[in-house]
Amino acid sequence: MTLLRGRGYASVNYPTGMNLGGDPSQALIHATTMGAFVISLSSVDLGQGLKTVVAQCAAETLGMPMENVIVDTADTDTGPHCMGTFASRGTHRVGNAVIMAAREARDVMLAVAADELEVDAGDLETDGTGFVRLKGSPETKIHIADITLAAHFKQGRTISGRGIFLKERNYPVPETGEMDPDSCQAHACTVAEVEVDDETGVVTVLSLHNAYEIGRALNPAMAAQQVEGGGWMGVSHAVFESTEPYYPASRDHGPVDFCEYLMPGPAEIPVQSSVILERPASNGPFGAKGIGEMTANAPIPAIANAIFDACGVRLTTMPFTPESVLRGLDALRA
Amino acid sequence: MPRVNPIDTEYFKDERRTGDFTVIGKTVQRSDALGHVTGRTEFFEDRTFPDLAHVKIHRSAHHHARIDDVDVSEALRVPGVLRVITHRDVPSNWYVVLRLIGIEPNDEPVLAEDRVLYKGEPIVAVVADSEAAATEGAARVRVSYTELPAVLDVEEALAPDAPIIKQAGTNYFVYEGHHCRRLRFGDVERGFAEADHIFEWRYSSAPIEHAPTETTGCVVVPQSSGRLLIHSNTQAAFFTLDNTALILERPFSDLQVKGGTVGGGFGGKVDVMVEPLACIAATLTNRPVKFVYSREEEMQVSSPRAAERIYIKDGVMDDGRIVARKVMLYVDAGAYSRHSPYGTTKACAHLPGPYTIPNVYADCHCVYTNRTPSSAMRGFGVTIADFALESQMDRVARAIGMDPLQFRLRNAYRDGDMKAHRKIAEGTALIEVIQRAAALVGHELPEEYRALTSSTPRGDQP
Amino acid sequence: MKIVNLKVNGVGRTFIARPETTLLLALREQLGLTGAKRGCAQGACGSCTVLLDGQPVVSCLVPAVTVDGSDVATVEGLADGRKLSDVQQAFLDGFATQCGFCTPGMIMSAEALLDRNPNPTRDEVNEAISGNVCRCTGYEPIVSAILDAAERRRAGANL
Ligand code: FES
Ligand code: FES
Repeated sequence: MTLLRGRGYASVNYPTGMNLGGDPSQALIHATTMGAFVISLSSVDLGQGLKTVVAQCAAETLGMPMENVIVDTADTDTGPHCMGTFASRGTHRVGNAVIMAAREARDVMLAVAADELEVDAGDLETDGTGFVRLKGSPETKIHIADITLAAHFKQGRTISGRGIFLKERNYPVPETGEMDPDSCQAHACTVAEVEVDDETGVVTVLSLHNAYEIGRALNPAMAAQQVEGGGWMGVSHAVFESTEPYYPASRDHGPVDFCEYLMPGPAEIPVQSSVILERPASNGPFGAKGIGEMTANAPIPAIANAIFDACGVRLTTMPFTPESVLRGLDALRA
Repeated sequence: MPRVNPIDTEYFKDERRTGDFTVIGKTVQRSDALGHVTGRTEFFEDRTFPDLAHVKIHRSAHHHARIDDVDVSEALRVPGVLRVITHRDVPSNWYVVLRLIGIEPNDEPVLAEDRVLYKGEPIVAVVADSEAAATEGAARVRVSYTELPAVLDVEEALAPDAPIIKQAGTNYFVYEGHHCRRLRFGDVERGFAEADHIFEWRYSSAPIEHAPTETTGCVVVPQSSGRLLIHSNTQAAFFTLDNTALILERPFSDLQVKGGTVGGGFGGKVDVMVEPLACIAATLTNRPVKFVYSREEEMQVSSPRAAERIYIKDGVMDDGRIVARKVMLYVDAGAYSRHSPYGTTKACAHLPGPYTIPNVYADCHCVYTNRTPSSAMRGFGVTIADFALESQMDRVARAIGMDPLQFRLRNAYRDGDMKAHRKIAEGTALIEVIQRAAALVGHELPEEYRALTSSTPRGDQP
Repeated sequence: MKIVNLKVNGVGRTFIARPETTLLLALREQLGLTGAKRGCAQGACGSCTVLLDGQPVVSCLVPAVTVDGSDVATVEGLADGRKLSDVQQAFLDGFATQCGFCTPGMIMSAEALLDRNPNPTRDEVNEAISGNVCRCTGYEPIVSAILDAAERRRAGANL
């Protein structure tokens, strides 16, 4: 038995959004009388962290602390329309809509504060801790709780805002495929290192080294969660998963539970190292692109190429099972 | 431990300008994590309702068959069974998710009528007091079939003598009169004629399950106003609301969807599979109704990532430039469209990968077979295409004796390049991620390759 | 039907169970403790993990009628007021959750491990959570969080 090592590369890009039907999302925002801002949405968080990044977008735009932002989402009675969470569109579309709503609310907030302080709204700024203050004269300031109370009980104004992001519908040209489906592209290059057991055919993915370019990492730890969680899924797709192990020959043998449906467990995961580059997208929220989906993509061909590098077997059918490795090795020896 | 910040600030310095952000670009704690670690996060199934009824499905035993008879009498005798639901109880018996954006034809029934096109296709829904009674009732439904020839291979499905399995008359989705989504850029045959080398290989994949830890499901609760409140783990609240209303033939304002907290989706919860039947059951019984997939249904009946078959032919020069690329791509949509026509178009827009190639030709086929309908999954249209494209890049580099990263850098797209679907590339960064990955693993690149940048026009560089 | 008496998170609870009622459904539907999740009802995903007399079990496979008189610990009982357990805090700080559906089961498996082995190796952590499926995180943050929690617990014990 020999353990053969190899290294493989893959570089990819991935579109943010995929628009064939018009792609809008809306956001509404309003201030409570005690200085909190409620963002109303109908968008869905699948675990990627949408609720957190949209709160960051709102806090940054309003100039208020994160604690002052409340996200209320995914009730179709109270939240305005969102297409949904797919096509790596959530952060981009919803983030943009939230920024637009927060800008409108911020303008009212500053106008109310200006009346209270008897200064010009254009001379005011936020300090990120909950105060609106006069530029160049920071002791002239008012707290957001006092602004929202004054708006409601004294000035009779609503501090609120409306936001929408729309990528307009695009129709592909049937003859040529000319189209404009996406908003921007994120990028990745993954290097995989594998070990192939030439007796059992088992492929062990030792490491994934990932370089991503994602526009702006709104929350770096959460971006890393996507890169490395998706990297794991790429490994799983590459060497383990299928609902039809003998596709297309037979529809039988389909797994029905987690014992039969194979995925790498904690003892079978590669070491991952990841670096993120930022080239802000002109149309992204603070430049961000969508990366929820792409992170499983580069690892798969990187692993295929590493297997070839290790043992000379070119696998062209996913998943790369021990059986297919052994058949390939047999063919090389023949 | 707080995680290390993974951002490399050396790249795109002029464009990043981050100085004035207070929370953007900062690792702030996830707002949902406290609920996750304390068990307080509320998923759709974490609500209990008095008098809750349950739905289970009797499914097709065959890949392709005519339904001769459906007998529900035994099911109705199971203690606890309240109702059976057949296609006659479904006001508009079409589940065609893309009809919202005018995509035709209507091809998938909510419950099968006179035929089934895949093993596992729903035929009868049984509503009962308990899950056990619903399961037992569903098992007691008797269906007689006449089996029909099944088509299980994408290229066989397109062969001239293949049995036609679709009532629309073709085993493929029709794109504005074409049998595939076409991409035509430059003159691929002239490119091949000029090339020093021609390489042509085939790639394929098998279906893959999303396997979220939380299975697809919903609870529908009749409201005092007469409306229906749907607690759902859908990925798209309004998609679900709109499609359900169309199937129920009720005003959109009759429904309310609540959700937003999902135990993993990966694309598997974009389709609207459980809500319409649960709404019908709730209306017929006037009780709260839960319909949640078992793990076995999630594995075998919920839409997988489509299997694909991809042929790539490249014309390459001695110096490593790819001058022509032709791709024949087949998506196994399974028995019904769902999101596959859209995913196939997404694949088409992705070709020929992140490289600038002057002559590109692609035919992307969305093919029907007698399989579980495939649909959206994390990166669909792109994930399997990338496997094929990047395997191809590795093989071509080896065949012409070029370093695999230098080969990619030579062909990498840059700002200002025209893509094959005729969009000008902007904000590109393929070159930089390759350079950075090379540095991560100590893969040496010659100076001329390290000096490349995405924002420098192609003409000025090697 | 049988009357079952349990101590759940230290508090006595009584309910009536049918023969087919699982501990998981009793906790979720009769006692209102929905922290343990139903990911498969087949014993293969671990999202329903609770501690039964200190041992981690997949509660979807435990008939409720068989556990009369036992002690059950669920994720809801770990925090002391607003003070999280070391494992909970380590998961929070280490970004070891995404969708969170696997989290309660993972945390209970980890608590059980650290109760019996305060200083586990990475391999022992892998082993302890080998029955818990996570589809989102890639496991690494979870394993690191559990190792971190072990360290926090030892530091706490030395105070
Ligand atoms: S629900 Fe018990 S192991 Fe999956
Ligand atoms: S965080 Fe989603 S399954 Fe683990």
